[in-house]
This record gives sequence, C-alpha cells and structure tokens, in this order.
Amino acid sequence: MPIKPMPTNTTLLDRRSCELRRQIVRTFEAGKRGHIASAFSLVEIVRVLYDDVLKYDPKNPRWAERDRCILSKGHGCLALYVILAEKGFFPEEELWKFCHSDGILGGHPEYGKVPGVEASTGSLGHGLSIGVGMALSAGYEKASHRIFVIGSDGESNEGSVWEAALCAAKHKLNNLTLLIDYNKQQSYSTTYEVLELEPFADKWRAFGWAVAEVDGHNIEELRSALAKVPFDPAKPSAIICHTIKGKGVSCVENNLAWHHKSRVSDEELEALYADLEVD
Amino acid sequence: MRRTCLNEVFELAREDERIFFVGSDLGFGTLNEFKNEMPDRFFMEGVSEANVVGLAAGLALEGKIVYVNTIATFITRRCFEQVVLDLCLHNVNVRLIGNGGGIVYAPLGPTHEAIEDIAIFRALPRMTIVAPADAEEMKRLMPLTVDYPGPIYIRLAKGGDPIVTDSAQAFKIGKAYQMREGGDALVITTGVTLKAALDAADELKAGGLDTSVLHVPTVKPLDVETIRKAVAAVPLIVTVEEHTIIGGLGSAIAEIIAESNFDEPKRFKRIGIPDVFPDGYGSQDGLMAKYGISSTGIVSEINELIRHAF
Repeated sequence: MPIKPMPTNTTLLDRRSCELRRQIVRTFEAGKRGHIASAFSLVEIVRVLYDDVLKYDPKNPRWAERDRCILSKGHGCLALYVILAEKGFFPEEELWKFCHSDGILGGHPEYGKVPGVEASTGSLGHGLSIGVGMALSAGYEKASHRIFVIGSDGESNEGSVWEAALCAAKHKLNNLTLLIDYNKQQSYSTTYEVLELEPFADKWRAFGWAVAEVDGHNIEELRSALAKVPFDPAKPSAIICHTIKGKGVSCVENNLAWHHKSRVSDEELEALYADLEVD
Repeated sequence: MRRTCLNEVFELAREDERIFFVGSDLGFGTLNEFKNEMPDRFFMEGVSEANVVGLAAGLALEGKIVYVNTIATFITRRCFEQVVLDLCLHNVNVRLIGNGGGIVYAPLGPTHEAIEDIAIFRALPRMTIVAPADAEEMKRLMPLTVDYPGPIYIRLAKGGDPIVTDSAQAFKIGKAYQMREGGDALVITTGVTLKAALDAADELKAGGLDTSVLHVPTVKPLDVETIRKAVAAVPLIVTVEEHTIIGGLGSAIAEIIAESNFDEPKRFKRIGIPDVFPDGYGSQDGLMAKYGISSTGIVSEINELIRHAF
C-alpha cells in the first residue's frame, strides 16, 4: 500500500489565532495534561463559530433561542473552554483549574457543569445523534435556532455516526450542520493507516448530506462556508475542515506523540509558547 | 401488558404535547393511531439503537418526554453506552420500553432473551427500573412515568399475562408491596413471576407454612426500608426473578440482607437463571420451569431450605 504524505497547510495564523492557542497552552499547563494537538486543529473552527456564526447569550446560557453547538470530539475541549471563557460563559480563572479537583473543566466537557456546554462528550460517536434530536425538536417547535456539531475523522470510525447521518438526511434536517475536523490523524496513527475514510466527502454526499470542503485554518473560508448553510434546503450540511493536528506549533504538528500529553517538560512548554509568539 | 403500555403512551401523548414516541423497526402497524393522530411526535428510525437513544436524549434535552420502544435485548445491550452517557449522565427524561424482558422470546433463542438487563442497568446511576406484574399494574405505572425525573427502563413481559394485582391498590415508583402476609417464609419477586410466588404461597399455606410475598415492581431505586422490614420478620427468604441470578433482584436483596447484620441468621436462596445462556427453545413457561422459576420450583426450594438446619 502506498504511503500517503502527511497533510500540509500553509495558512498563516493571525494574532487572534495565536493568542487563542497561547491561552490553550496556559490552560494545558495548569492542568498538566490534555489533548493539546486535537485542540489546536479546531481553534479556527470554534473561533469562527463563536465570533461570527452562533447566536448565544453567555449570561443566559440556557436561552431558548440560542444556537446549539455540541463538541462531539470532546477531547478537543481545550479550544472550546478557552473560547467560552473569553466570551464570558464562566470566569477565566476556571481555566487555571483545568482538571483540578475543585474545577468545572475536565479533560472532556460536561453538560450541566460547564455553562455553554450542550452535551457531555468524550466517548466518540454520541454528539451527532444528540444533535439530530435537538434539530428534530427545533423543527417540531418551528424554532429558528440552529444546531452545530463538531465531529472528527477518528470519530467517523464509529458506526453510530453513520446511523445518525442516515437519520439526519431522512428528516432533511437543514437546521443541522456538522463540521468535521479532518486532520487525518487519530490516536494510533494516520486515518489512512488505521481506518481509511476516503472518499470522505463522497461518503457524506452518498448518505444524503450537502457537503463543502474548506481549509479548516482559513478564517475566510470557514466564514464563507458557514454563511451559506444550509447548502441545500432539503439536506443537513457537512463542512469537512481540512486541518493539521497540532497546527501552529512546529514540534506538535502531525506529531502523534502529542495526541494526548500527560507529562510535559518545561522545555516543551517553552517551545509551545515560542512558536506562538505574537509579534 | 405490552398493548396496555403502548396504549397508555398514546393516551398520555394526547394530553401532553411534551410526549414523543421513538421506535426502531417495530412490528407493522404498531401504534398506528399515534402515528395518524400525532405524526410529528411519532418517529420510527430503523435498526439503529445507538442513534435512536442518542436522538431521544437530544429531544429530552430540549424538554421533551421521550418513550423509546424496542426489543429488550437491543435496547439494553446494543446501545449500552448511549444509555449510560446520553441518558444517565445527562439525567434526561427518556423512558426505555423493553419488549420481552426475561425469556419471553424463548423460541427465538439467546439473541432475544434479556436475561441480564436488570443487572446491567442496576449499576447505572440515575437509572430507574420498573417491572410490573401485569397489565393492570402497567396501567397504574404509566401515568407516573411522565413527570418522574431521569431515565426509566420499563421491562415488559409477553402480554396476556394473568392479572394478579388489584386496581384498588396504591402504586408508586420506588415502593415494594406486600401481597401475602406470613411469618414462616418470604418470597420476594419482581415482574410477572409474582404469579408464581402467589401460587407457591397458596400451596405452602395448604401445607401449613405461612408465606409472605413481597412484590418489588421497582428494582431501582429499591424500597430498602420495606424490604428490610419484611426480611427481618422471617427466618427464610427466597427471591424469584426471570433473570440471571447475577446482579438482579436476588443480588440486590442479598446485599440488603448482608448489610442488615441481623442478629438472627437467615436462610436465603436466589431463584433465577443460573450463569448460563438459556439452553433450549420451546416456550417461556417451559424454559422458566427448567430453571425452577415456577410455583413448583419455589415450593421445592423453600422446603429444601427448611430441611437444611443451620
């Protein structure tokens, strides 16, 4: 079998993207552990969602008319926590208690514990079905809010994802958008080696979804795609975001050793901060 | 019991717009009246239990009360993680209706025999487990399931089971009910095996042995107080369940007895399916009798316990 090259991405990160990543590193440092590479690959996805797309009120996180956003790849929660803190869902100080016994922010996000978190995730393959239920409820209520689910490539190994995909298409859930963080790596190795997903976009199309593919680190591409959902009024929308696991820090990018880190040296932390210097 | 349960879902849904019904791939025509009258609250989503339970959780997170109906083995085994995480962890109001709890589907073999459903769900925080004895009790249970907090597993028997409970009797989720009084022995049971327990008590009475029967329709949360009181009053206790003896009602009672540290010793026996996949087809009654889950089996175990002095 020919070996596929590691994915590349030359999109330059702007000041805000670097600062969000630095905040992720600070949170990671406070918890002394975390899926930092998985968080780095979805920074721009959550940034654009919370900056430009989602309707929400951080002071009233259960506001009935809010858009629902489920991070189905729960292990990427460092990126979500940093955005939620910045937007005021909870005080920034909570970040410094990441994974602490007296904190609300764990290694996977929990519903009911973290304001702004719509569903407890961590085990893969749950978020899309929950999102389908929420989308059906919104349809029944004739409510205008929308449902966004952030999934991943490794997660798409789970059969439950494809059960939910069939169901969403059957119900023509045009209020449901799935963003897939497609960094082509999972815990053990590349997605090519562990369980090939290609032709990935075609699979989603075949399952009845309207699909777009974007550079998942390119703010304008993400904004533009998200501004167009639903792509088809009779279908759920999938945005396949081509990303780099660990994007932004050279020693982490495409480095499987960084999938989950529980022991990080001072030198490694320095390297993380150094690569994310804001000019 | 099954028809009563589903009909209750329909009737309750007519009165309460929060009630949704989700099935997987049920028998042709199931709940047609619900589908016709309230099509936007009726879902039949295919042989995809993981998605069905996750979807139900999503609806419930939006304030809906969701009744999910399919075969008991599929709703407990196939989507166990969805039950744990999507339902129990989120503490949502989803009611799982498990058709054919126990060995109702004896002719269909082990893939369809829910012999450990109570055991695996009993270990789940926030889960409520109910196993009514008959259609009459089901009728009293169902209205209470609407606003009861958190997920509920409703274990259904075959249908057409003899009526052994009384419509005049009070029913509350979480309560155990004394069905016969007697100071010589106690039979504790759940679900349709109440009938066998009552028959056994009658037979033992004829032989001069006064036997109590305690019916435990709610296996979780257990009515520990009532159970402890009933156990304290007798020297000999037998549990009966259409379920493996590992982790079900019998185990729960054994835990209560062990931790009660009674001054007087108790004789105790669990009647149920031993640690095997039920072997052989035939009928539910036939398979139950094979494992002693019958009035004859109960009488014989109680006599055996009496014969064995401490």
